[in-house]
Amino acid sequence: MISIEMLVASAISVLTAAGIYLCLRGRTFPVVLGLAMLSYAINVFLFAMGRLVVDQPPIYEKGVTDYTDPLPQALVLTAIVIAFGMTALVVVLSLRSFLETGSDQVDGKSDSETDERLP
Amino acid sequence: MLLILALLPFFGALLVAILSGASRNLQASVAAATTGAALALLLAYTPAALTGQTPAVQFDWIPALGLSFGFFLDPLGAMFAGLILGIGLLIIIYARFYLASEDPMGRFLAFLLLFQGAMLGIVISDNVLLLLVFWEMTSLSSFLLIGFWRHTAEARQGARMALVVTGGGGLALIAGMLLLGNIAGSFDLRVILASGALIQASPLYPVALILILLGCFTKSAQFPFHFWLPHAMAAPTPVSAYLHSATMVKAGIFLLARLWPALAGTDLWFYLVGTTGLVTMTLGAAIALFKTDLKAILAYSTVSHLGLLTMLFGFGTSAAAMAGVFHILNHAVFKAALFMNAGIVDHEAGTRDIRRLGGLATLMPISATLAIVAAASMAGLPPLNGFLSKEMMLYEASHTVWNGMTLFVPIVAVIAATLSVAYSLRYAVHVYLGRTRDDYPHKPHDPPFGLWAPSGLLVVLVILIGLFPGTITRPLVQPVADVVTGNTAGVFAPALWHGLNAALFMSMFAVAVGALMLWRHGLIERIWDVLPLPEAKRLFDFFIDRLVKASRVFAETIHNGSLQRQLTLIFSLAILLAVEGVMVGGGMETGSRETIPATPIAIIGWLLLIGATVAVVMSQRERYLTLVFISVIGLIVSLGFVYLSAPDLALTQISVETVTILLLLLALNMLPKKPARLSSNSLRLRDGLLGIAGGAVAGLAAWAVMTRVPNDPISTFHWENSYSGGGGTNVVNVTLVDFRAFDTFGEIIVLGIAALAIFALLQPATRGASGARLRAWVPDFVRSPERHPMMFVVATRLLFPLAVMVGIYIFLRGHNLPGGGFIAGLIISIAVLMQYMASGFEWAEQRRKFDEHLMIGLGVIIAALTGIGSLLFGAPLFTSAFGYFTLPVVGTFELATAMFFDIGVAMTVIGAVMLALAELSHIAQRADKEDQVDHEPMDVDPARKRKVMP
Repeated sequence: MISIEMLVASAISVLTAAGIYLCLRGRTFPVVLGLAMLSYAINVFLFAMGRLVVDQPPIYEKGVTDYTDPLPQALVLTAIVIAFGMTALVVVLSLRSFLETGSDQVDGKSDSETDERLP
Repeated sequence: MLLILALLPFFGALLVAILSGASRNLQASVAAATTGAALALLLAYTPAALTGQTPAVQFDWIPALGLSFGFFLDPLGAMFAGLILGIGLLIIIYARFYLASEDPMGRFLAFLLLFQGAMLGIVISDNVLLLLVFWEMTSLSSFLLIGFWRHTAEARQGARMALVVTGGGGLALIAGMLLLGNIAGSFDLRVILASGALIQASPLYPVALILILLGCFTKSAQFPFHFWLPHAMAAPTPVSAYLHSATMVKAGIFLLARLWPALAGTDLWFYLVGTTGLVTMTLGAAIALFKTDLKAILAYSTVSHLGLLTMLFGFGTSAAAMAGVFHILNHAVFKAALFMNAGIVDHEAGTRDIRRLGGLATLMPISATLAIVAAASMAGLPPLNGFLSKEMMLYEASHTVWNGMTLFVPIVAVIAATLSVAYSLRYAVHVYLGRTRDDYPHKPHDPPFGLWAPSGLLVVLVILIGLFPGTITRPLVQPVADVVTGNTAGVFAPALWHGLNAALFMSMFAVAVGALMLWRHGLIERIWDVLPLPEAKRLFDFFIDRLVKASRVFAETIHNGSLQRQLTLIFSLAILLAVEGVMVGGGMETGSRETIPATPIAIIGWLLLIGATVAVVMSQRERYLTLVFISVIGLIVSLGFVYLSAPDLALTQISVETVTILLLLLALNMLPKKPARLSSNSLRLRDGLLGIAGGAVAGLAAWAVMTRVPNDPISTFHWENSYSGGGGTNVVNVTLVDFRAFDTFGEIIVLGIAALAIFALLQPATRGASGARLRAWVPDFVRSPERHPMMFVVATRLLFPLAVMVGIYIFLRGHNLPGGGFIAGLIISIAVLMQYMASGFEWAEQRRKFDEHLMIGLGVIIAALTGIGSLLFGAPLFTSAFGYFTLPVVGTFELATAMFFDIGVAMTVIGAVMLALAELSHIAQRADKEDQVDHEPMDVDPARKRKVMP
């Protein structure tokens, strides 16, 4: 039987794989996308460290003993915001370097070199 | 009070540094006054220290590591402290007159006092870890002092060499001390000293000993690490006089003496320390004889004397250690005097080259007298202090057996003594005696009183100790020797006349042959010059050069300008580590926790997410399209958070998602939309495999954790204390603003800095090459003729107050229900961004009433003040207080200080998001080729139309 845990774990897998693959592309934009993918994967991964629980939000009530672990949630909340800050910085960095050099490549090769190899 | 003594030099350094604009006299007076005060304080303590009362003071610093901030003053520490402060005071006076007017006196004295404080710290530290801190500090501050004349290449190289050698030795020393503390079970120095038997019986003893000796030998310039010391002579002469007579190089000797009770007495100690000392003593003396620079002569003679001291402590007998203690004192006194003298000659005659000097005695009678007496003491001539300790050294050497050979040590010691007589006399004879010349670079004359008085005082000491050794030095040397040897030294009875013993004959031989060598110096020098001797500096340079080349090859292999290369390495390494985690100790085993069956909706969501992810990868060169897909992923993740009991995360994720997509859209506007393919198929296959491997380990690890039962999570504490301690029922929010507020505080600072960095990156983008490209930029997409559609404008404007209100609502309820500062900040930012999108940058910008920079700054400050506020009430940082109040109509409500913190968070978030996006759209607007920037809010304005058609 398919469980939610299975779905989450496989989603983390696919997101991580896509993130790594995109990060290894030779232009800035896919790298940014890859980083965004990796942040999804990592945030969900961290969140999953608190175990998956349905319908028990961490809102305190007297006498309630079943609740989801609030600590990973707090950590992931800030992580989401920080990931936005970092994505913004990387986007702007890639934009500026594109404007400055006229190339959006990050593979250490010049445009002409690449054009000869892969027209 | 002992703490004051330890901190006074640092205080003085700070004071002098602050007074950098004041007059030289004031700076020197301040430096001298603090040193004098410290000296006075020390003298007040000395009687207690010498009678064995050992004043001490101790504070805990990091108790968990066994590191305490403790000082104690025993006779050994008191003697060294006296040398450090006493000679330090004389050096400060000397430096005042020595330094040229263009040298920054304040900086010099600040460095000197810093160094003085570090040295003082070493000798009175009660904890070996603290001692290590000061030890490193001497390496660093001596680097600054040696490289003081930073405009000269020699000074920089000399400073760097000293730092590399002594700093490298310092690392070994750290390791050795940690082992030592580990063996003794404490880092308390007095505990370590008391556990000598335990230490020497430990199997780790040889390792610890060798590491500690590496530290001592590098610091004290013992062979083969002696080469840094002569190159450190590029420092101003006061520095040389200070570092190489009484302080820096004596630190190693101090440590040998300090740890003598714990480490000495074994064969290993004898052969390592004794032999190193013997070799260094002889080698240093031999080289000194053939140097032509006065300071180089003194430098190598220092190397030689340090070797002598090392040898004496290395013999491992109490009598030799006592002789060593006595010689530390004597050497410091005559060597400081001689270094000062070399500085005087340099200052007055204009050169330190001994070949260009000679016959200065009649021109500079005072300096000549002082130099000749000090040099005679260094040569070991009676009735001076150098004679006494050299006799003791020869006596100890005369009956030391080295590996069964009875004559080896005595013969080498006599050779060293002979060479020492020769170079010492050479200093006196070749500089001061002989015929007066007429080609000195300056016209030599005696220096002002302030320049010769300090060395004069020391020379008086040289004579007094020589004549009345028992009276003057016994009260000091006896207790020190007792401490060093653990009361086995016997009675200290120095005397000029010991009868006709072996030492006297050895001494007589040395003086006679030494004098003879000086007489035929020219001949010996020619022989020396043809000897093929390795030069240490060249070896050192070669070694450093190789090291730099190797590092460069390594760095350029990894950092070859390709991000892909670096990331491939990083990912591979991370995957390897994860694989290792999987293989070892059942890392991937599925646990026993009950899983949740998947609902059809969850499966649909999962399919959407996987589909969108694959689509992003497949269509990554259709960039606009990828943004559509990636926003699907974000939405599914948010929905997942909703489903899995994380409403706060869902709210955050969905608002961040909106902002991120806007940001990427804005950036993509200027970037290529459909770039050519770059990677070859094989490369894509490799990256794909790497991705699959990474994905697999991440997924398996997540699966393994999720299926296991949690093991007493710390969040139990958060749950239980959320309401009673933090005053809120939303545990996530209380964690953010109270339990882990310091963490959150750091995060908003990071966010603020990221926004400011974006600002800094984009502000200058309109200039230079980037500006030219912006101006030449042609929009590559067809624009809609309706730039600001009326429906959109009207809707967003109506929505604006509602959206802001939702933001405030989310903020206010955040403490108890899902919401809070982060989410509220994002919602309000989106409300404002909608106006930018609908009505245009110009229109919105004109109506913007807040400054983003100010928002970021204020937000951080408000959060910080809230945190600090709790300190005022005696609570730990970032503790929140709360209370319940009742107002008519409104009813009972809660106010918590955490709310102020959350206001800070929200403000920073708004400021950062707005700054990042506004700057990006600003750039896009600059690049637009439109002639007129439209200030109109919408394309269709009914009012305008009416005017046109009356």
